[in-house]
Amino acid sequence: MNKIKNYFSELSVLLKLNVREYGMFIALAVIMLIFSYYSGGLFVSPRNLSNLLNQTGYIAVLAVGMTLVIIIRHIDLSVGYVAGFVGAVAAIMMVQYGVPVGIVIVAVLLLGTLIGLWHGFLVAFMGLPAFVSTLAGMLIFRGALLQVTQGTGTIIIPNEFFNAISNGYIPDIVKVPGVHVLTLVLGLAGVGFFIYSEFKTRKNKLKYNFKVISMSMLLTKLVFVSSIILLITYILATYNGISWTVVIMLVTVGIYQFITNKTVIGRHIYAVGGNPEAAELSGISVKKITLLVFASMGFLSAVSGILFASRLRSATVTAGVLFELDAIAAAYVGGVSAKGGIGKVTGSIIGAIVMASLSSGMNLIGMDISIQYIVRGLVLIVAVVFDVRTRNKK
Amino acid sequence: MSNILEMRNITKDFPGVRALDDVSFLVKEGEIHCLVGENGAGKSTLMKILSGVYRKGEYQGDIVLSGEVMNFHGIRDSERMGIGIIHQELALIPELSVYENMYLGHEIKRGSFIDWNETITQSVEFLRKVNLAVEPEEKVKNLGVGKQQLVEIAKALSKDLKLLILDEPTAALNEEESDNLLKLLTELKSHGVTSIMISHKLKEVISIADTVTVLRDGKTICSLSKEKNEINTQVIIKNMVGREISDVFPKRPIKEAGSVALEVKNLNAFNRELGRDIIKDASFRVKKGEVVGIAGLMGAGRTELALSLFGNPLQYVVSGEILIEGKKVSLSSPKSAIEAGLAYVTEDRKGNGLILIQDIKQNITLANLREISKNSIIDANQEINVANEYKQSINIKTPSVEQKVQNLSGGNQQKVSLSKWLFTLPKILILDEPTRGIDVGAKFEIYTIINTLVDEGLSIILISSELPEVMGMSDRIYVMNQGRIAGEVEAKTATAEQIMELATD
Ligand SMILES: Nc1ncnc2c1ncn2[C@@H]1O[C@H](COP(=O)(O)OP(=O)(O)OP(=O)(O)O)[C@@H](O)[C@H]1O
Ligand SMILES: [Mg+2]
Repeated sequence: MNKIKNYFSELSVLLKLNVREYGMFIALAVIMLIFSYYSGGLFVSPRNLSNLLNQTGYIAVLAVGMTLVIIIRHIDLSVGYVAGFVGAVAAIMMVQYGVPVGIVIVAVLLLGTLIGLWHGFLVAFMGLPAFVSTLAGMLIFRGALLQVTQGTGTIIIPNEFFNAISNGYIPDIVKVPGVHVLTLVLGLAGVGFFIYSEFKTRKNKLKYNFKVISMSMLLTKLVFVSSIILLITYILATYNGISWTVVIMLVTVGIYQFITNKTVIGRHIYAVGGNPEAAELSGISVKKITLLVFASMGFLSAVSGILFASRLRSATVTAGVLFELDAIAAAYVGGVSAKGGIGKVTGSIIGAIVMASLSSGMNLIGMDISIQYIVRGLVLIVAVVFDVRTRNKK
Repeated sequence: MSNILEMRNITKDFPGVRALDDVSFLVKEGEIHCLVGENGAGKSTLMKILSGVYRKGEYQGDIVLSGEVMNFHGIRDSERMGIGIIHQELALIPELSVYENMYLGHEIKRGSFIDWNETITQSVEFLRKVNLAVEPEEKVKNLGVGKQQLVEIAKALSKDLKLLILDEPTAALNEEESDNLLKLLTELKSHGVTSIMISHKLKEVISIADTVTVLRDGKTICSLSKEKNEINTQVIIKNMVGREISDVFPKRPIKEAGSVALEVKNLNAFNRELGRDIIKDASFRVKKGEVVGIAGLMGAGRTELALSLFGNPLQYVVSGEILIEGKKVSLSSPKSAIEAGLAYVTEDRKGNGLILIQDIKQNITLANLREISKNSIIDANQEINVANEYKQSINIKTPSVEQKVQNLSGGNQQKVSLSKWLFTLPKILILDEPTRGIDVGAKFEIYTIINTLVDEGLSIILISSELPEVMGMSDRIYVMNQGRIAGEVEAKTATAEQIMELATD
């Protein structure tokens, strides 16, 4: 009896101490429960969840880039229209000039990166505030998007391969009716990897006498996270399996997570965000890091543009509208600090899922679009207030 | 005399550390009470509790002020009771003017509008009281650390004040400014203001204190009173560190200085923002295995000289020649300076030395990540090992190297900053006020480290406002005065008067 009591008091202490990290998961769970209830379970149907993740894709990649931009104390408002513009350029290259799809993708990724470099140049070398230079970028690329789509209006993209990026699913290894086997296998592999890495970090921390959570807490965490991963993969497996969008999203997060956590560049980025003067005196070029982070943002805007155009199977005049706000909101919901120097790309992905769940759920229950905007705005405020409050406590 | 303040059985825990352990603290009305102790002893924490930074409930114990038990829920509450605190870390807003800063939070109003004329008039008066000759309209960012400190004190005075708390107020001041400040405290005392001063400078503690309380490892060790003739250096040090330290400056074996490590010829630097020359025609040399001191008053251009050498991060217009080991180098960024073998421990560790939100190990390795990475991927274990080595060898007091630097006491932050630059394995180490805010024991440790380093052939440039330190540690001393190198003296034969004369004419 006492043991159980101890267990729960330990759990609650742990939750309280890490409320910032677990907060967004709790928020996500609450949102999902509410919409499931009001949609009569439709929200958690395999079809809707699968769709939800595909919709998250183009915001999630932006949120990853935005996280780094906010970490170094800047902002990029142009990402939405850059994504729209890049998508249109891709469509025009394919449809009007018949350029092979592979070349198109490489070309527009390059284009996005160049646009990012341009913004980075203005911020780092011309001394423009990021807010101003990217606000200008927002106008410029909105104009550019209108310009290139003026003659044609919406451009339908007939290319199968291109459209599969956001609408296709990974192939299966064996045919079993009703379930997607490879998806299940990947889910299990993911769980295995997660458990392995948790134990590895724990062992390492113990080696250096650092603080670790107790075994029972670790097991609780493992069981909890594993069952969520398994549940999601199972739901996806009963539908079409994992989509290419999800693959792209996971790969992007994986790469960025690795860069920010394990590499010298990542450390430099956090240092510049934490204290630019100290970073400069430590031999880090703040200008170069700024340039790099904006270039990466431009690159990811292009990825987002490709994902979105592919999802709609077309380039439209309104593509990319308000993406920047969702991306910024996702980053804040995911726990980046407005003061710079703090934030994780993995958090931002959860933030992106939260924002996408909100939109998708509100659409599903037929909420008026005007109310939807208001709700999204309020959620952003709540997220940042929560972040600021819990941060000050520590 | 009655007790104005009694702190009873104060205990304060931080995750992993007990900062204060059942501390009791008694202050008599109208006295100057000095609080001393090693870095991390808990002095700042005790004063933060007194001034309401930590609220009732975040610690155990009672604060009794003039016989009444207090329940402070924030700084405002303690201010209302006439307690003013000047923190170790300055809290002014750089972009605002001196007078705006002074009256921030207690503006002088006529109706519901701020009366700026009255504000300026009053601020002038308080600035005069602290002997600070600046225009009240001057922006705080244009003042050096020393002057900012005086503005802080003027600000505290401008509030109706009974009990003034100063956390290492003279750490950033030169001798003249310090003397002025100490005089000021005596003056305030005659007007009935009680002061509590934290300081690592025992000389001034002895000259000014009516009572000295010693903290060690979060406990009250003893309270010494002037009336009973208990206050002297030996007793204080012994109680602080638990052992006796005989030499203030450890001796190093006299060695023939080696070849020239660094030579600077006709260095000039022009600050575009200020629109004037800050370094004028400076030439000097540092040999291998030598400690070269740079003395001078605040504003003499010592830090600017260091920055111009260290890759010129503030983008002055610099001309002149720099030779390292006889070869001409062009140091266009801190990065190239580091690669050329220079390291610079800044005087302002919070402003541009450390990344406070990151942990100890990340700060120590930041300037030399190459050493702990392969193919640009950081080896986390090696990083921990490196940090632990410095934690031991420099004696950084912390439960773990994963502690955030902002949670360390001032002195221990300084040790992290020093470790960071030692880890770049420099040939020439520039130390800018390296012992500011460091206790006697740790000072001794740092001096010993300096000696070990020069013994290994390193060259050290020691910038310090404390004359005894420059004179005690250097082989040769350059004295700076208004951007020029006014003279060079041999440390062994030089006198303080000689140096002051060069620094002031
Ligand atoms: N916010 C905090 N979180 C965790 N530990 C803290 C925090 N603040 C202080 N400490 C710890 O409490 C102890 C006392 O610190 P404190 O700043 O009071 O020392 P101090 O006597 O003022 O030292 P110094 O002379 O170096 O300024 C130290 O071990 C320090 O690391
Ligand atoms: Mg202190």
